Amino acid sequence: MYGLFLRHFYLITRSFPRVLDLVYWPTIQITLWGFISNFFATHTTYYNNAVGVILTCAILYDFLFRTSIGFNMLFLEEIWSRNFTNLFIAPMKIGEILTSLVATALIRALIGLIPAVLLTSPLFGISILDLGIFLFFLFLSLYLFGITLGILVSAGLLRYGPSFENIAWSTMFLLAPFGCIYYPIEILPELFQKIAYLLPLVYIFEEARNILINQTVDIQNIYDAFIWNGVYFVLSIALFYYSFNVAKKKGTLINMGE
Amino acid sequence: MKNLVEVKNIKKNYGKNEAVKGISFNIKEDEILGLLGPNGSGKTTTIGMLLGLLKPTSGEIFINGQKLEGNRIEILEQINFISPYIELPKKLTVKQNLTVYGKLYKINNINERIEFLSEKLRLRGLLNSITGELSSGQKNRVSLAKALINEPKVLLLDEPTASLDPEVGDFVRSFLEDYKKEKKISILLASHNMNEVNRLCKSILMMKDGIIIDKGNPEELINKHGRKNLEEVFLKLSRSKNELN
Repeated sequence: MYGLFLRHFYLITRSFPRVLDLVYWPTIQITLWGFISNFFATHTTYYNNAVGVILTCAILYDFLFRTSIGFNMLFLEEIWSRNFTNLFIAPMKIGEILTSLVATALIRALIGLIPAVLLTSPLFGISILDLGIFLFFLFLSLYLFGITLGILVSAGLLRYGPSFENIAWSTMFLLAPFGCIYYPIEILPELFQKIAYLLPLVYIFEEARNILINQTVDIQNIYDAFIWNGVYFVLSIALFYYSFNVAKKKGTLINMGE
Repeated sequence: MKNLVEVKNIKKNYGKNEAVKGISFNIKEDEILGLLGPNGSGKTTTIGMLLGLLKPTSGEIFINGQKLEGNRIEILEQINFISPYIELPKKLTVKQNLTVYGKLYKINNINERIEFLSEKLRLRGLLNSITGELSSGQKNRVSLAKALINEPKVLLLDEPTASLDPEVGDFVRSFLEDYKKEKKISILLASHNMNEVNRLCKSILMMKDGIIIDKGNPEELINKHGRKNLEEVFLKLSRSKNELN
C-alpha cells in the first residue's frame, strides 16, 4: 500500500503542473461560485430576463471554451498518438502549423456551437441572435482569445512537455472568475477588477449584458476587447516561437513522443 | 560520390551534461552508415540534430550542400526519419495517413506515390485498414512508406527493425538495400542489431559517451580488435575506455 502511495507521491512532487492542478481547482470553483452567489444575493432585481442573459453568456463562454480546448486538443492528440516528432520533421514553418491549427479549431468550435444556438430557441424561447450584428464581433473576439489561450498552452507543452497537459484543461477555469461571465465587474474586489480590466473577456461579457438588458451598444467595449485580444495574440505567437527555440535547445521535441 | 551529409564538429550540451562532444562524419550518396553505441552514447541526440529537432551547441551540419541552420524547411523536404518510438495517428486508415504526409511534404501525385510504395512495401491490401489495428510488422512497413513518401535523399533510421519477426525484418532490410541502390540515397542507420549492421553497412561509427571511439567497415573493425564478429567488437568497445578522441 505504501509503495502505491509512494508511486503517486513521487509523480506529483516531480511535476509542478500536477501540484498546481491539485491546488487551483478547488480555489477556482470556490472563487467563481462565491462571486456568482454574492451577486445574486445582493442584486436580485438586476436581471429582468435572467434566463436569457445567463444562457446567452453561457453559450458565449462555451464557444470560448470550445475554441481554446479545441486548439489544445489538436496539439495534445499529436502527443498522445506519438505523432508529434513526425509533424515537426515535416517541412512546415511554425506559422503554417499555427495557421492550420487555428482554422481547424474554428471549425471544431462551430460544429459544437451551431446545435447549441439552435436548441436554445425551441427549448427556452431565447435566441442568441437578439445580440444582432454585434454578435459576430463578440464571437470573433472570443474566438481570438480562445486561440490565443490555445497557443499559450501549446507553447507550454512545447517548453515543458506532456506534464503541462493539466494546465491545458484548466486555463479557462482559471480565467473564469476574472471574465465576469455571469456577473458585472463591480461584484469583484478592487484588485480583481484591475486584473479583469486587463483581459478582453470582461469587455465582451459586459457588452453582451449591456445589449440584452439595456438594449444599447457601447462600441468602446467591443473596441477594447479587440485591442486586448491583439496584444495577447501577438504575445502568444512570440511565446510560441520562443518555446519552440527553447524546446530545440532542451530536446523536448525529440522526447515528446516517448 | 559526393557527400550528402556533412557533420562538422557538432557538440550538444544539456546544461552541464555534454551529450555529444564534437563529432564529425560524412555520408556519401548510395551509402549506408551504421551508427552504433550503447544506450546514452549520443546516437539519438545526433539524429535529433540532423533532423533539426535539436539545436547543436556548436558545429555545423550540411545536407546536400545546404547548411541546416537557416535552411531547415528546404532540408526537411529532402530527408525523412523512422523510429519505433514515433508512430502515425492510430485512428486514421493507412491511406489517410499517407495522404496527410503526402500533403505535408507537398507531393504532387500523391495517389501515384502511395500506389508505388504500397506495391513495394506489400501494403496494397492494407490501405483501407485502421493504422492502430495493424500488427507491428505492418505498422513498421507503413512507417517506412511514410518515411519514403517524399523520395528523401537522406534517410535516418533509428532501430528500423526492432520488434519485427525475422521474416519481416529480412524483408525490410532487403527493401532498404534495393531502394538505396536504385535511388542512390544516403542512409544513417542506428541499430543494436549487429547482424543487420553487418549486412547493410559498408562503414560504421562507434559512439560512446558522446564521442566517436572507432570507425571503419565491419570487417576492418573485427580484424582490428581481434574478435569473431561485430557484436564482440561492440561489447569490447562498450566496456573499454575510449580509444579515439
